[in-house]
Amino acid sequence: MTNIPIDRLDLPVEKPNHGHGSGGGWKEYFSFSTDHKVIGIQYLVTSFIFFLVGGIFAMILRGELITPESDLVDRTVYNGMFTMHGTVMLFLWTFPSLVGLANYLVPLMIGARDMAFPRLNAAAFWMVPVVGILLMASFFVPGGPAQAGWWAYPPVSLQNPTGHLINGQVIWLLAVAISGVSSIMGAVNFVTTIVKMRAPGMGFFRMPLFVWAVFSAQIIQLFGLPALTAGAVMLLLDLTVGTGFFNPTNGGNPVMFQHYFWFYSHPAVYVIILPIFGIFSEIFPVYARKPLFGYKVVALSSILIAVVSAIVWVHHMYVSGTPAWMRMVFMLTTMLVSVPTGIKVFAWVATIWGGKIRLNTPMLFALGGLIMFVFAGIVGIMLSSVPVDIHVNNTYFVVGHFHYVLYGTVTMGMYAAIYHWFPKMTGRMYNEGWGKVHFWLAFIGTNLNFLPMHPLGLQGMLRRVASYAPEYEGWNIVASLGAFLLGMSTLPFIFNILVSWMQGEKAPDNPWRAIGLEWLVASPPPVENFEEIPVVISEPYGYGKSEPLVAEAHSHQH
Amino acid sequence: MDSYIVPDDLQQSSHHAGGEHGHDEEGNKMFGFIVFLLSESVIFLSFFAGYIVYKLSTPNWLPPGISGLEVKEPAINTVVLVASSFVIYLAEVALKRHDLRMFRIFLTTTMVMGGYFLVGQAIEWSNLEFGFTSGTFGGMFYLLTGFHGLHVLTGIILQLIVLLRSFVPGNYDNGHFGVNATSLFWHFVDVIWIVLFIMLYIWQ
Repeated sequence: MTNIPIDRLDLPVEKPNHGHGSGGGWKEYFSFSTDHKVIGIQYLVTSFIFFLVGGIFAMILRGELITPESDLVDRTVYNGMFTMHGTVMLFLWTFPSLVGLANYLVPLMIGARDMAFPRLNAAAFWMVPVVGILLMASFFVPGGPAQAGWWAYPPVSLQNPTGHLINGQVIWLLAVAISGVSSIMGAVNFVTTIVKMRAPGMGFFRMPLFVWAVFSAQIIQLFGLPALTAGAVMLLLDLTVGTGFFNPTNGGNPVMFQHYFWFYSHPAVYVIILPIFGIFSEIFPVYARKPLFGYKVVALSSILIAVVSAIVWVHHMYVSGTPAWMRMVFMLTTMLVSVPTGIKVFAWVATIWGGKIRLNTPMLFALGGLIMFVFAGIVGIMLSSVPVDIHVNNTYFVVGHFHYVLYGTVTMGMYAAIYHWFPKMTGRMYNEGWGKVHFWLAFIGTNLNFLPMHPLGLQGMLRRVASYAPEYEGWNIVASLGAFLLGMSTLPFIFNILVSWMQGEKAPDNPWRAIGLEWLVASPPPVENFEEIPVVISEPYGYGKSEPLVAEAHSHQH
Repeated sequence: MDSYIVPDDLQQSSHHAGGEHGHDEEGNKMFGFIVFLLSESVIFLSFFAGYIVYKLSTPNWLPPGISGLEVKEPAINTVVLVASSFVIYLAEVALKRHDLRMFRIFLTTTMVMGGYFLVGQAIEWSNLEFGFTSGTFGGMFYLLTGFHGLHVLTGIILQLIVLLRSFVPGNYDNGHFGVNATSLFWHFVDVIWIVLFIMLYIWQ
C-alpha cells in the first residue's frame, strides 16, 4: 500500500509505533553525531543549561536591586554579571535554542532525510559549548569578565585597567566571533536545505510557516552578521594592537561601532522572533482546529520583516548625535515593521476566533506569549518614536520592553514549542498538570517582573545601575519578587521534562492530530526520517478540509 | 511496498513542480558555497562602508607627511590578478575537455600569478611610511589590504589542494565542485580587489 490517506476531519491518532529513535541512546548526545535530530536536541539541551546560568546571573542582579544601596555584590562583579546575563541569554540561549528546534524540525517538515551539510551542522553545534566555556572562563582572568554590557560600546569597552592582553573584553569578542562563525555555518546550511531539499510537491507556498520563518531569519543572519563581525574585528584590533577605528584618542569614532553593532543586532531580534512567530503559526491552527488564516500573506510577511529589518538600526542611536532627518527616516522605517507584524497577529487572532480551542500546555504558552507580544509591540512602537525614545533612552522602560519580547514572547514561545514537539522528539508524553503549573508561574512571574520596569523607566531609573534613588524602591521590590517567581517557575519544567523523558506515557505518532509531515513519522522518528520520501499534494493547515496532505510515495511517480 | 526506499539515483533525477528533492550533493554544495560567498561579501561591504564614512568625515585623512599612495606597482599587481581570473577559467575549460595536463598548467600559472600579487603587496607594505596604528587611515588601509590578502592566500591554498587532488585518478571524472568553487572564489577575490584598488589608490 503506497497511499498514506489523511482524512483531515479525522486524523489518525495512532499508528503502530515502529520508531526506534536515532539509535545510540543517551550516549549519542555526547558524540559528534551528524543526525540533524541528535544535533537539534544537543543544541536544545546545551542552550537550556546556559539559560539556567544566565538565569542565575539575573537572580543575583535582581537580588542586588531589591534595595537601593549596592550591597550584595562588588560593583565590578555586578557589571560583569549584567554583561554576561545579556550575552549568555542572547548568544547561548535564544539563538542556539531556536537553531536547535529548527535543526530538529526543518528536515522533517520539508520531507528531507537530513540537513544539506550534516558535518558542517555538527561542527556549528560544537562551537556553542566552546563559546560558553570561553565566556565562563573569563570570570577567572585578572580583572574579571567583560563589563561593558552586551553591546560592548567603545570607549568603555576599550578600557583595560589590568593591562593584560588576555582580558575579559578580548575573550568576549573572541567568543562573539566564534558564535558568529557558527551562526553563518548554520545559516548556509538552513538556506541550502530549504531551497534544495524539499520533498517533491512541496513548493514554497506549501512550506509550513515555521520553515518560512526559519528561512527568513537565516537570510538575516547571512546578511547582517558579517557587519557585526566586521565591527568586532575592528574593536578587537583597537583593543589589542592599538589601531584607531573607534578609539577617539587615536582619531577614531566610537559612534561608528554603534552602526556596525546595530546594523546586525537589531535585525538579530527578528532572527529570534521570526521562528517564534513560526511556532505560533504552527500551534494555533492545531489547538483551534482551524486552517491558518491568510497563509500566503503570513508567509510573505516573514520575508518582508527580514527585508525591512535591514533599515531600522539607527533607532538605537537617536541620542548618539544622529542628525534630525536621519532620526525621522529611521522612525518611519521602524514603524513600518509593525505592518507585517500586525498582519501576523491579525491572522493568529482570526485563526483562533471561533475555533474549537483545546487549552493544552503548548496552546497556553503560545497564547500567553502572544498576549505579551502584543503588549511588547505597542511599547515598541512608542519606543520607535523619537520624542518618547529620547525621554526613556537607557532607562528601565527599554529593559522592560525587550524583556517582554525576549522572555514574554521568545522564551514562552520556546516553551510552547518544547511541549508541543516533546512527544515527537522523545516518544513520550509530558505531564499536563505540571505543564500548567509551569505556565501559570511563568506567566505571572513574567508580568510581575517586567511590567514594573515600565513605570520605573518613565520615572527615570537608568538601566545597568547597581544602586538607585530610594523613591524607586517599591517597584523594584515587585520586580525582584517577580523575578524570583520566574526563576522558580523553571523547576516544574525541569522536573516534568526529566521525569517524562525517562518514564512518561508512550506517545502516539500524532498526539495532537496535527497536519504536517513531521507527524507522519514515528515518535521518535527513525534515523532516516521517512521510509519513503512523501509527495506533497496540498497546502498546509487544512484543518476541516478533506483533501489528503501527501500522495503516494515519490518512487511511484517514475 | 511500504519498505521500499527510493534509490538515490532515482531521486537525483526527480524535479517535481515547485519542490526538489535533493541528493544532488554537488548542486547543494555549490549553492551553499555561493550563499557563503554572498555572506562573505557583506564583511567586505561593511569595511568599505566604514572606509567611505571615515574618509568623508575625517578632516586630515592621510597621516602627517603622506601626500598619497604610489599607484604604479599596485596597478601592475591589479593587472596580474585580473589576468589570473582568466587563466583559472582556462583551467576549468581544460578540465571540461578532460585535458588534465593543460588543467594543471593553467592552475599552476594562476597560483604563480597570485603569489606574485602577494609578494608585491608585501614589498609595498614594507616600503610604506605609515603603520597599522597611524590613525583611521592607517588602520583601514592595512585592514582592507590585509583581509583581502588573507583571501588571496586562501585562494592559493585551495588551488594547491585542487591541483594535488587532480593526481588522484578518477577524482575529476565527473564532479568538479572543488574546482568550480575554487575558481568562483578566485573571481570573487578579484572583484573585491578591483573595488579596493579604486577606493584606496584611485580615489585619493
